[in-house]
Amino acid sequence: MQNTSGKITIMAVCLIVGIMLSIQFKTSENYGTNLRGARVDELAVKNSTLTQEKEALSKEVISLREKMTNISSESQLNADLQEELRKSNMAAGLIPVQGPGIIVTLNDSLRSVQPGDDPNALLVLDIDILKIVNEMRASGAEAICVNNERITAMSEIRLAGTTILVNWNKIAPPFVIKAIGNPQLLESGLSIRGGQLEDLKSFGLQTQLVRNDKIDIPAFTGALKFQYTSPTQSNKKAGL
Amino acid sequence: MWILTLFCLIIGLFIGFQLPILLPVAMVKYMSIGVLAALDSVFGGIRAYMEDSFDNTIFISGFIVNSLLAAGFAYLGDRLGLELYLAAVVVFGVRLFQNLGIIRRYLLKKY
Repeated sequence: MQNTSGKITIMAVCLIVGIMLSIQFKTSENYGTNLRGARVDELAVKNSTLTQEKEALSKEVISLREKMTNISSESQLNADLQEELRKSNMAAGLIPVQGPGIIVTLNDSLRSVQPGDDPNALLVLDIDILKIVNEMRASGAEAICVNNERITAMSEIRLAGTTILVNWNKIAPPFVIKAIGNPQLLESGLSIRGGQLEDLKSFGLQTQLVRNDKIDIPAFTGALKFQYTSPTQSNKKAGL
Repeated sequence: MWILTLFCLIIGLFIGFQLPILLPVAMVKYMSIGVLAALDSVFGGIRAYMEDSFDNTIFISGFIVNSLLAAGFAYLGDRLGLELYLAAVVVFGVRLFQNLGIIRRYLLKKY
């Protein structure tokens, strides 16, 4: 008699254990990916706070630079120096500038990767942007920016992993390259037969070239550091 | 009889998969310890049954109390910042294997 009731209890408990097991299994299966996602969330939050911090700091850089110009503008005697400083700043990309020019937009190809294709051929690479920027310079561009990152004498355009860095900032497609200069010269320089834009188009990349009479190009927001360079005694200066 | 027990387990699994119940994430860890304790109780019960020393009250109370205690320990460990659930995992894991070994020997002797 005891044995029969024992059997029934064992069976009942087995039933409950089965339910518990399957619920547990189902739940961990369901949350398995989410739990891994939690870590990603954490990193995303960190990333966004750091980005905000960085933005605040670059704003501070701009305001400090403004203060610096204010201080120098107080002295009327320094008008000549002011003029020179303005030109130097413009050349170095330290102040925002405006003028006529062209806007080139590059984006990855819409074609999907076929087996045997090189997936890199369908993406805009650092070298594509570099070539465009180089061509713009050759066509007399006076100020260039890529996705609102001012191209200065020390700017890099470089592939780092899967992202492109300009001034050590990540930029993502679509890449908007703005240049101030003679719009006609710039346009013909880029869209010449066998030129850079035609080259990119042949790979299936999306390109667009627009002339604009009023292009705004922001200032370089990074920090200027000269750790190894110091001026020599020569008084000769480049003809600014 | 053992086929019937297995059958009950399979029915339980089936019911569990059909039930639209999902545990909250925070509970998954405690539930897993509870399941381990429950499994240990079941095998302990089967072993006792084979040894003819089965007691219904001990079995049922062991099943419920062990599960709750194991989950409770895991929870307490989390509050204390101590990996107490490892203790439950080790103890129940060792007992599970012991019970399984004894059951296997009984079955071998029997057939």
